[in-house]
Amino acid sequence: MSQTNPQQIEYNLKVVRQFAIMTVIWGIIGMTVGVFIAAQLIWPELNFDTPWLTYSRLRPLHTNAVIFAFGTSALMGTSFYIVQKTCKTALFSDKLASFVFWGWQTVIVLAVITLPLGLTSSKEYAELEWPIDILIALVWVAYIIVFFGTLVQRKTSHIYVANWFYGGFIVTIAVLHIVNSMAVPVSFTKSYSLYAGATDAMVQWWYGHNAVGFLLTAGFLGMMYYFVPKQAERPVYSYRLSVVHFWALISLYIWAGPHHLHYTALPDWTQSLGMVMSVILFVPSWGGMINGIMTLSGAWHKLKTDPILRFLIVSLSFYGMSTFEGPMMSIKSVNALSHYTDWTIGHVHSGALGWVAMITIGSLYYLIPRLWNQTQMHNVRWINIHFWLHTIGVVLYIVALWISGVMQGLMWRAVNATDGTLTYSFVESVVASYPFWFIRFVGGVFIVAGMVLMAVNVYRTIRAGKPTVEHVGGASTQASPAPAATQSA
Amino acid sequence: MDYITWRSFYTVLVFVLFIGVVWWAYSKGQKKNFDQAANSIFDEDKQSSVTKDSTKQESKNNE
Repeated sequence: MSQTNPQQIEYNLKVVRQFAIMTVIWGIIGMTVGVFIAAQLIWPELNFDTPWLTYSRLRPLHTNAVIFAFGTSALMGTSFYIVQKTCKTALFSDKLASFVFWGWQTVIVLAVITLPLGLTSSKEYAELEWPIDILIALVWVAYIIVFFGTLVQRKTSHIYVANWFYGGFIVTIAVLHIVNSMAVPVSFTKSYSLYAGATDAMVQWWYGHNAVGFLLTAGFLGMMYYFVPKQAERPVYSYRLSVVHFWALISLYIWAGPHHLHYTALPDWTQSLGMVMSVILFVPSWGGMINGIMTLSGAWHKLKTDPILRFLIVSLSFYGMSTFEGPMMSIKSVNALSHYTDWTIGHVHSGALGWVAMITIGSLYYLIPRLWNQTQMHNVRWINIHFWLHTIGVVLYIVALWISGVMQGLMWRAVNATDGTLTYSFVESVVASYPFWFIRFVGGVFIVAGMVLMAVNVYRTIRAGKPTVEHVGGASTQASPAPAATQSA
Repeated sequence: MDYITWRSFYTVLVFVLFIGVVWWAYSKGQKKNFDQAANSIFDEDKQSSVTKDSTKQESKNNE
């Protein structure tokens, strides 16, 4: 506990600014690749007969770009912002924070290079080969040190709930990444998983689903618990619920992975256990969603005038939708219909575009003016237009894939009553999907258009302002809290 | 302790701990602390004496 005058301590907003800009850029790139491969499904010629433009290579590039470039840049940036603001202290180490930024961008650039070249470990959402995996681990350890180091240095007695969610996300992703990436390298660019057979599949989906649970959920819930109250200008609906929400969510999510392996070589009991745990997951998910939405209770009128709040609150409705849909889809009999169909893709995108992207976009619209010494974005009307472009895009996308998904599931399971042969060949279900794939493509174009509008808005805002210099304790001469404050855990 | 016994014990332990967390979170004594924590993110907006008071209060309650 130092007696430094808090006014001397300057928040490290530089790294937050860097991550904020890259989030917008990677968002556009990742989503554009998504639209491109959506177009390839309709017009296969778009691969131009080049191996590195084929769907199989660009699809992992799309997922890596939106999850790890767009999503994780947003998480790293906002976590560095929130941890400083709520702990009333600067980052633990500016140098390490800078290493996290540049290290992470290097990882992404390497992904952009290696994935189209076809260098892949073939594990979904963990495609990057072992040298990149090692770099990820190093960057992540630095991230852990900066984030938790800042928590240790805090000038407040309580650790605000958003930090708990970020902390849970950071620690769990480290564990998941290291365990799932265990591999035997045979050359600089090729390795084989350390695990074999069904064990490998289970480890992969333990990783895969918890990447959803901790990166795409817990991390963004941290964002939600800070930016929703801030933008609504009222404290979270129930802080107690947020505490229960945190512990329930992190203790349940970790078990849900097996629902990705229903009706496979995975032991039956594991599948059933995964199903039960996934269904229960509905409870904490909705607890958190209600907590977020109800923060606005008594101030609903703000939704009429504030497009940023609209982004944040609608993201929570999408979160509620996809966390209702998810547990339903994990039920084995439902999964028998939905698995391997477009329904799954639709579900993922209602979570990724509805929840993750919208909460991120809303948070960035809150953050960017504050990072560049402005009171609001260059054009608030554009935020509203972006909101509608994005919402229409997401709705087109998920409705189209719901219909095509259920249709595919029904076509694949249809048998002729007379002799039990399949009614439809696979290619017939592909042909039947074309109209829906086109609607999905149009939805994607809407979303990318919104992101481009956002980029222009961000650019204009940054041009008009200059980097914010902010000190702990703000402008006033507030003294640091009593020494006793930092002693309690 | 064999593996099955350990896992059973662990399941019960996690359950009990979770009930404990719920009980703690909803206990009367914590209400004030949690209200302050929920409002702590607005400290920077409304500086001055209000902030100082709440900070003092918080540290006192945590002892």
